[in-house]
Amino acid sequence: MFKIVRKADASPAQERVMRGAAVVAALAASALVLALLGFHPIEVYAKIVEGSLLSGHRLVSTFNKTIPLVVLSLGVAIAFKMKFWNIGAEGQFYMGAFGASLAAFSFYWLPAIAMIPLMMVSAFVFGGLLALIPAVLKSKFSTSETLVTLMLNYIAIKWITYLQYGPWKDPQAIGFPKIPKFPDAAVLPELFGVHIGWVFALVLTVLVWVLLSRSKLGYEIAVLGESETTARYAGMNVTRITIVAILLSGGLCGLAGMMQASAIEKSLSDQLSGGLGFTAVITTWLAKLSPPAIILVSFLFAMLLQGGVYLQSALQISSTVADILQGVILFFVLGSEFFLRYKIVRRKGGEEAKA
Amino acid sequence: MASQSYIELRGITKIFGTVVANDQVDLSVRKGEIHALLGENGSGKSTLVNMLSGIYSPDGGTITIDGKEQRFQSPRDAIRAGIGMVHQHFKLVEVFSAKENIVMNEGKGVFLKGKALSEEIYKIGKKYGLMINPDKKIYRMSVGEKQTVEILKVLYRGAKVLILDEPTAVLTPQETKTLFEILRNMKAEGCSVILITHKLGEVMEVSDRVTVLRKGRSIGTVETAKTDPRQLTEMMVGRPIDLKIDRPPVDPALKKRVLSVEHLSCVDGDGIRVVDDMSFTVDGGEILGVAGIAGSGQKELCEMIAGLQKASGGRVVFQGEDILGLGPRAIIKKGVSMSFIPEDRLGMGLVAGMDVVENVMLKSYDSTPGPFMDWEKGRELATQIVEKYQVDTPSIYHPVKNLSGGNIQKVLLGREIDLNPALLITAYPVRGLDIGASYHIYDVLGQQKQKGVAVLYIGEDLDVLLSLCDRIMVIHHGRIMGIVEPHQVTKEDIGLMMLGHHPGEEEDHV
Repeated sequence: MFKIVRKADASPAQERVMRGAAVVAALAASALVLALLGFHPIEVYAKIVEGSLLSGHRLVSTFNKTIPLVVLSLGVAIAFKMKFWNIGAEGQFYMGAFGASLAAFSFYWLPAIAMIPLMMVSAFVFGGLLALIPAVLKSKFSTSETLVTLMLNYIAIKWITYLQYGPWKDPQAIGFPKIPKFPDAAVLPELFGVHIGWVFALVLTVLVWVLLSRSKLGYEIAVLGESETTARYAGMNVTRITIVAILLSGGLCGLAGMMQASAIEKSLSDQLSGGLGFTAVITTWLAKLSPPAIILVSFLFAMLLQGGVYLQSALQISSTVADILQGVILFFVLGSEFFLRYKIVRRKGGEEAKA
Repeated sequence: MASQSYIELRGITKIFGTVVANDQVDLSVRKGEIHALLGENGSGKSTLVNMLSGIYSPDGGTITIDGKEQRFQSPRDAIRAGIGMVHQHFKLVEVFSAKENIVMNEGKGVFLKGKALSEEIYKIGKKYGLMINPDKKIYRMSVGEKQTVEILKVLYRGAKVLILDEPTAVLTPQETKTLFEILRNMKAEGCSVILITHKLGEVMEVSDRVTVLRKGRSIGTVETAKTDPRQLTEMMVGRPIDLKIDRPPVDPALKKRVLSVEHLSCVDGDGIRVVDDMSFTVDGGEILGVAGIAGSGQKELCEMIAGLQKASGGRVVFQGEDILGLGPRAIIKKGVSMSFIPEDRLGMGLVAGMDVVENVMLKSYDSTPGPFMDWEKGRELATQIVEKYQVDTPSIYHPVKNLSGGNIQKVLLGREIDLNPALLITAYPVRGLDIGASYHIYDVLGQQKQKGVAVLYIGEDLDVLLSLCDRIMVIHHGRIMGIVEPHQVTKEDIGLMMLGHHPGEEEDHV
């Protein structure tokens, strides 16, 4: 007979080893799955690396996926720090993209120098406001923010679909349901071959790090996340902190949507994200809310996504294989959290268990 | 030896992670004796009895009951072997009657045997002097009655051994007296009682023998008649300790009115007056103690003064200014400091998952200008508190939840005192602390008083209140029953006031 026993708290070093081991175990388990499906695991892994890194064009594609993931994860991290389980990054991303598009279409005559900042502000506000809904509902009626943010995702996506098939449908697309392209001024420029979003992502990473580790607001967010009664006792303005943090969280996710719409799609569509907002929840968690780690984890996940796309063309393996890999990795890493806290021991002397 | 001891625990060891909670502990309890298990918090008392009652299984050692070795897989096995445990926190269903609670989970048939059952409970109760109305709902009962139900529940299941975990922590002196009477009756009936406590007075009063635990080891078993509190303390703490609390004299010049509460009331969400028309004053250089049964309005009173709770009427005048209605931050800045230790200790004053530095910054982080944290200042403050109050921590970057209770309390009180308050509100500051640490806290409070701080001390232990405080305010159901001076009253007087009698009244027969 076995029993589960609470372990002493693991040191940060042990934690890192455990996480690393979990990833290795996940790759091994995935190899098994791949082999069962009739593929050669090593070949698949090699192709993922090859397809995501080993040519300028592929590397750019990987970066293009890393950038929104980083910005989304930063947004999610702020909310998670407050133990506000915002899994609505996907919806906030779309509302941000919508806000940016609204600015681009309404002020199409603006030059880029005014257009881009306007789109960013608009995206930030729309993303932030969407996130504010669950925050207000939670503070007024104690609703679960997890459920509300999740459901709002679908509302936001369907709103874009509605625009795409209805009011915003491009009349010149001969009946094809798509939204017109942005004016040129609304497209983010490139720097060193990758759209300038990478500069924003790096700057935002530093800013969020400063916010969470060095600022009073970050401290307040962390205290509030640990205990609301303690925050009140210390004289903190709980409502103000919640609103600001959630606006920042949703705003950053919205900003990611703006960048994706402006630089990659150069328009708005209900396929804009491809699930990046959900992937960001995973990357944030794996990075333990640490901004520098978010960059690393986001890049690895972008590799996986880009490698999956390449698999499809190179080996005719469905890119959903990459999704399976993602799932397996998450499963193992979350599983490892259990083993960080508990261990399983053999029960001694339990043999003669009589009823 | 084995022939006369009914329960025999030998070499019991229990390890949680890296913590050895019990290390080769021996305990033997005879039939018909009250055996006290004495030890400070964290000495392993609860762990030990949890193994005896089947909640944990030992990692080593043997449990023998009535000559038979036992391996309990669950509390059910222990109950079957005649072991009954009354936990510190009652495990009763509030909306059920006493009777329903007593037979719950017994699984004898589908229906309750109404009258016959009441009869049976009454019979058991009469045998031991446990008088209770079996049809009374739990939520209408006093704490003492609830405990009686817990004991009856255990006896109904045929327990020959009764384990009580800190049973008097929630009782008034009168209720304690009744409880001890019951325990003596049980002893006379041949039952064994294991009484877990850290109160020496109780050990001396009621037990036949005492086993002392210290840091997970059994230090020894002595006959109560052949020992004294001094020896027991030494066994418990490991060194001789002075059991006197000083009431240091204060320079009369410091005696200025600091706080004056006038007709303060508070109505809770259910429309109940939890604080009812309280008026009192606290001067600088004075410790005003507050005595009362838990839940008599202590929490609400503290929170109203600290600005955390809305009052429904009255005034709170602090240094000549009405502060009622100000926010908590504004009140902190004026020099009111509250260290409230809730039952779980980490609920309010400290952030469990954060380290010492982050915790000492909790109230002062906003006193520096600009949007950034001054972590350098926090580091200095933490180092200073750790040194001054001898906080035992591996580093100032260690999460407070991993510290022991005493050290957590030192961090909390150290931070509050560092704010140089004019009024220090402290509720249950020694709750869960060992003797040494408690006396350290009393000293600190005495020093604050000498510095001219007005201290409002919400306490539990009446002996401590009587020797530490300059005046004691006794409250009952949110009302002040009287404010007395320690040398004018006895513990029993205060106990009666806590039950709602005005001073000078004769005791009614309940």
